[in-house]
Amino acid sequence: MNRFLLPLGLFIVLLGFLAVGLNRDPREVPSPLVGKPAPAFELPQLHQPDKTFAPKEMLGKVWLFNVWASWCVSCRQEHPVLVKYAKQGVPVVGLDYKDQREDGLRWLKQFGDPYLLSAWDGDGRVGIDYGVYGVPETYLIDKSGTIRYKHIGPITAEAMEQKILPMMKELDK
Amino acid sequence: MRGLIAVLAALVFATGAIGKEAAPLAEDEAVEKRLVKIAEELRCLVCQNESLAGSRADLAEDLRREVRGLIKQGRTDQEVKDFLVSRYGDFVLYQPPVKPTTWLLWGGPFLLLIVGVTALIAYLRRRSSQVRKAELTEDERKRAEALLKETP
Repeated sequence: MNRFLLPLGLFIVLLGFLAVGLNRDPREVPSPLVGKPAPAFELPQLHQPDKTFAPKEMLGKVWLFNVWASWCVSCRQEHPVLVKYAKQGVPVVGLDYKDQREDGLRWLKQFGDPYLLSAWDGDGRVGIDYGVYGVPETYLIDKSGTIRYKHIGPITAEAMEQKILPMMKELDK
Repeated sequence: MRGLIAVLAALVFATGAIGKEAAPLAEDEAVEKRLVKIAEELRCLVCQNESLAGSRADLAEDLRREVRGLIKQGRTDQEVKDFLVSRYGDFVLYQPPVKPTTWLLWGGPFLLLIVGVTALIAYLRRRSSQVRKAELTEDERKRAEALLKETP
């Protein structure tokens, strides 16, 4: 009997590894940018092309930087959540990623605009600096301009309540 | 019949017009060769089992554009990889770097080999000591001979 225990034990350990591996989402790649200063950029705004936005303008605030696009299907899923929390005063800046200006503007008109403003990243260069690989993605940036958290995929009310808002509150102290 | 042929011919020629125009060939072959060589070792983050060289995802095209730019600036392969790692993490590398968190990954197979060989040697030693020296006694030898003679 004893001689079966070792292989059985090893098998169970292997099973454990496989179970954990299968339940992890391979699309969630941990960002090396968390804990680092948010990459600087200066982009034209979506609504007012003659004005620009740079993340340093948000220094001193805890804010969300949300990457979205009109062609992005799961952004629609996330959008009502952003609209709801923006109404409650959560500062969100948008990055309209690889989009046509008119499409982006139409999209916001149709679904509501939760953003203080949106920067327009037509060629996706700023997206690359932020390590964006699947829209929507959201960065939580603190008062010193450091990225504290990255949420990949659509934000749910649950993620907002359980993770993002408590973190923002903590960082706002 | 003639009408049908005309329609078919029109279709044949029309397909030529539908095809997308080929992307302009790279003006600099050396840059392109280096791009492919580097990009083959990088993962496309959108379709994760493809390399950056082979992927047709939009992001892969953008990243190739960036890499091409870096090569033209005269950066080394390592600098290009660092550029991507600093944005997307070690996950973009198909060959993970050797560092404390990946020691087990790199050393694991060798560790398993050593454990396996040790266990095998121990097992073989134990077994050989268990096998009795089986020499036949005089009686047994006679019985064996008798049995051998019996068989037709």
